[in-house]
Amino acid sequence: MKVLVAVKRVVDYNVKIRIKADKSGVDTANLKMSMNPFDEIAVEEAIRWKEQGKANEVIVLSIGPQSAQDTLRTALAMGADRAILVKTDDEVQPLAVAKLIKAVAKTEAPDVILLGKQAIDDDSNQTGQMLAALLGWPQGTFVSSATPDENHRITVIREIDGGLETLSLVCPCVLTTDLRLNEPRYASLPNIMKAKKKPLDVTTPADLGVDTTPRLTLLKVEEPPTRKAGMIVGSVSELVEKLKNEAKVL
Amino acid sequence: MRALVIAEHDNRHIKPATHATVTAALQLGGTVDILVAGTRCAAVADQAAKITGVGKVLLADDAVFAEFLAEPLSTLIVGLAEDYDALVAAASAAGKNIMPRVAAFLDVQQVSDVIAVVSPDTFVRPIYAGNALATVRSNDKKRVITARATAFEAATETGTAVIEAIPTVSDPGLSRFLERRVTESVRPELTSARVIVAGGRGIGSDSAFSLVSQLADILGGAVGASRAAVDAGFIPNDAQVGQTGKIVAPDLYIAVGISGAIQHLAGMKDSKVIVAINKDGDAPIFQIADYGLVADVFEAVPELIDSLNA
Repeated sequence: MKVLVAVKRVVDYNVKIRIKADKSGVDTANLKMSMNPFDEIAVEEAIRWKEQGKANEVIVLSIGPQSAQDTLRTALAMGADRAILVKTDDEVQPLAVAKLIKAVAKTEAPDVILLGKQAIDDDSNQTGQMLAALLGWPQGTFVSSATPDENHRITVIREIDGGLETLSLVCPCVLTTDLRLNEPRYASLPNIMKAKKKPLDVTTPADLGVDTTPRLTLLKVEEPPTRKAGMIVGSVSELVEKLKNEAKVL
Repeated sequence: MRALVIAEHDNRHIKPATHATVTAALQLGGTVDILVAGTRCAAVADQAAKITGVGKVLLADDAVFAEFLAEPLSTLIVGLAEDYDALVAAASAAGKNIMPRVAAFLDVQQVSDVIAVVSPDTFVRPIYAGNALATVRSNDKKRVITARATAFEAATETGTAVIEAIPTVSDPGLSRFLERRVTESVRPELTSARVIVAGGRGIGSDSAFSLVSQLADILGGAVGASRAAVDAGFIPNDAQVGQTGKIVAPDLYIAVGISGAIQHLAGMKDSKVIVAINKDGDAPIFQIADYGLVADVFEAVPELIDSLNA
């Protein structure tokens, strides 16, 4: 089984973002960047399949600037076999990302494509579902368990509102990962060194014949409204009194 | 502008998120129809017809939609899209699963998790876990939108829309439903609860977590948790409130032993009234709480339970 994993380079989840003074966007200059946490889970899952003998090749793919190579090297250090960078300095929105991944999938012909359920920067939660549509493949989204079998099917458990749902999907298919799927490993120093020698091919949206012109125009980015400062109460009885008579929620 | 809302339901009852989605769709400024796709779901169509502002209910009643699989449902919706300028669903697990698949078939860049409609083509949506709000304009011919249910008032039920049965689609056979395990609970669902009592790492153990449940039960509320409490194994993960868990906005949110990590605050800061009980007076949760009580949760919560019982 051949597995393709798509990863995105995003502002590290521990970093507090700043909005530009002219409201034109989020200032990401000089911020710590990392692999999108959900994508890290996708890479980990693919590597575990390889270790269990269920997958024979794990390819990682990223779309972004030259610096996205660092993210791909991280995935290679975790255990992926080779990497592909679709290099662009432009903003690429989810529909265009899905088209680019589809173009790569057409040549690589993977049995499964794994992605995070959403990127923690734009929080769109679209790319996997769009990719499945464009390829005409089944989709397993928000997956917390995925078990490939010998019949070229994958049984997935999905996180839905209020519970869990189990589906059986025909391969090839697209899976998007939820938090509970696994806990990603840290790359060891020897593996980080080894990763530097693994193959990393670079291509571009033009090479792949995909138009990445944004369909959504960003008009402005603002701070969310802040809550007005509350008060510290001195006792449980004061709290109950406030909730009853001031907030009127009891 | 003609909008089609995708109803969310379980073949018996329409979910309240649908009413909020209708409100969002009406704000696009045109007519709103509603699609009920399921099996033996005529009762749901009757409920949908009562929602104020709905022009017509399209009923696709077929076994192929019984489990709401994304593949046949998206085929159905794409087939209806020609008659509509906008397709709108709730930004729930179900809506998030289906709508991007629909959008890609239509070559439309979806706008996810809309919290405000500025104009028929311009929307506000949270990015970076709600730490910023982006205003975006769609340049596509059609709109595909998911709306955050907590950001829109629920539409009322004064309508008498007509119900029209529509042709179904065949099963593409790509996926098969095996089972669904819905967490059985007498408590309300987190995303629609009026009151939520949530516990964090400060609770210390899964047995002590029953304090949180007791308080929730007295208030008729749902039980939530921070990621730290879920990771510590105090409570199953479907109770997690936060950026990567459930986004909630109840009338009253009581955070017990929760420090207030950014990722948790992102999921609950739109609650109307926030109460924080924590023994660490420097915990970030106090910066957004309306009422803070700096106290040991093992003393304060039993006392609160007693005084509410009295």
